[in-house]
Amino acid sequence: MLQTFQAIELSTIGQAIKTSSWAFAVIESVHLLALAVIGGAVLLVDLRMLGFGLRQQSVRDLARDAEPILIGSLMVMLVTGVALFASEAVKCYYSTPFWVKMTSLLLAIIFTFTVRRRVTRAEATLSRPIVYKLVALVSLTLWFGVGASGRWIGFSG
Amino acid sequence: MSLLGFCQWLAATRPSIALHESLYMYPLVESVHVLTLCLFVGMSVLLDLRLLGITLRRIPASDVIARLVPWMTVGFIVMLTTGLLLFYAIPVRSYQNIFFRLKMIMLVLAGVNAWVFHTHVHKRVFIWDMDPKPPGAARMAGAASLILWAVIVVSGRMIAYNWFDCDMQPQPRFVNWAAGCVVGQK
Repeated sequence: MLQTFQAIELSTIGQAIKTSSWAFAVIESVHLLALAVIGGAVLLVDLRMLGFGLRQQSVRDLARDAEPILIGSLMVMLVTGVALFASEAVKCYYSTPFWVKMTSLLLAIIFTFTVRRRVTRAEATLSRPIVYKLVALVSLTLWFGVGASGRWIGFSG
Repeated sequence: MSLLGFCQWLAATRPSIALHESLYMYPLVESVHVLTLCLFVGMSVLLDLRLLGITLRRIPASDVIARLVPWMTVGFIVMLTTGLLLFYAIPVRSYQNIFFRLKMIMLVLAGVNAWVFHTHVHKRVFIWDMDPKPPGAARMAGAASLILWAVIVVSGRMIAYNWFDCDMQPQPRFVNWAAGCVVGQK
């Protein structure tokens, strides 16, 4: 595993970002902009499932509107995230927050595109409020874990 | 007292030094500042996209505004509080940071944009409330908000980099002017 991470950091892309004085900062800024957008897309639907925000709309309609924004910003997060990782893969290997983030991210993505998607797409009459609330809380917890541990990668090491 | 003198005075106060030198408090405040982007900027982006007619098109604009603005307000208060604390921890360097200054100017412009929208465009929202694509003035306000907040987020992130810091001389004359560096003085 460590050898793989070393190879990634020594790759052309990894070295290009690492040696540039501005590339990391620019990619990180895009990562941050996409964070705000994905946060909005997740919160809009999760808050609605908790009974806040756009309460007059059905969860289903809101989730349908939010989905392209969620997927689009997630793509930007993943691409810029991989680029940032490539420039400091070895540091990440030894970083606990990095592994916490990757675990939370994997769980968040799986949960969002399986359980959460199924529940938000169901007819409102079939979903009980308690199910919505549970799904929203799990979603918020997982995505918060991704964000918080992600921020902590920069503080450690 | 000049603004620089005021920042120097702030920097010498005990809580400022404590926050600056703290092991966990400063990173914690900064993390809250960054993660609240999701609430404040995230909701703003959704509202701006509604004004541009890109998303939430079936929902009346007034409903989107009425339901999202309270959350944006909460987010803004958290952003402002943590932002003031971050500035208080590092006053002089922030004041003489070109990105910090850019961010402050853009914040004022974003405020003006929001005020103009609120006092003019939003007042006549009942005319275009159900339009999937709002009128030009509303779309302009949405586009301006998106651009301004993007610049604010990026310049905020760039404050952390010291490329144009006053103690990294020589700097181009423009940088020294824009950052308010007192050249020749440490």
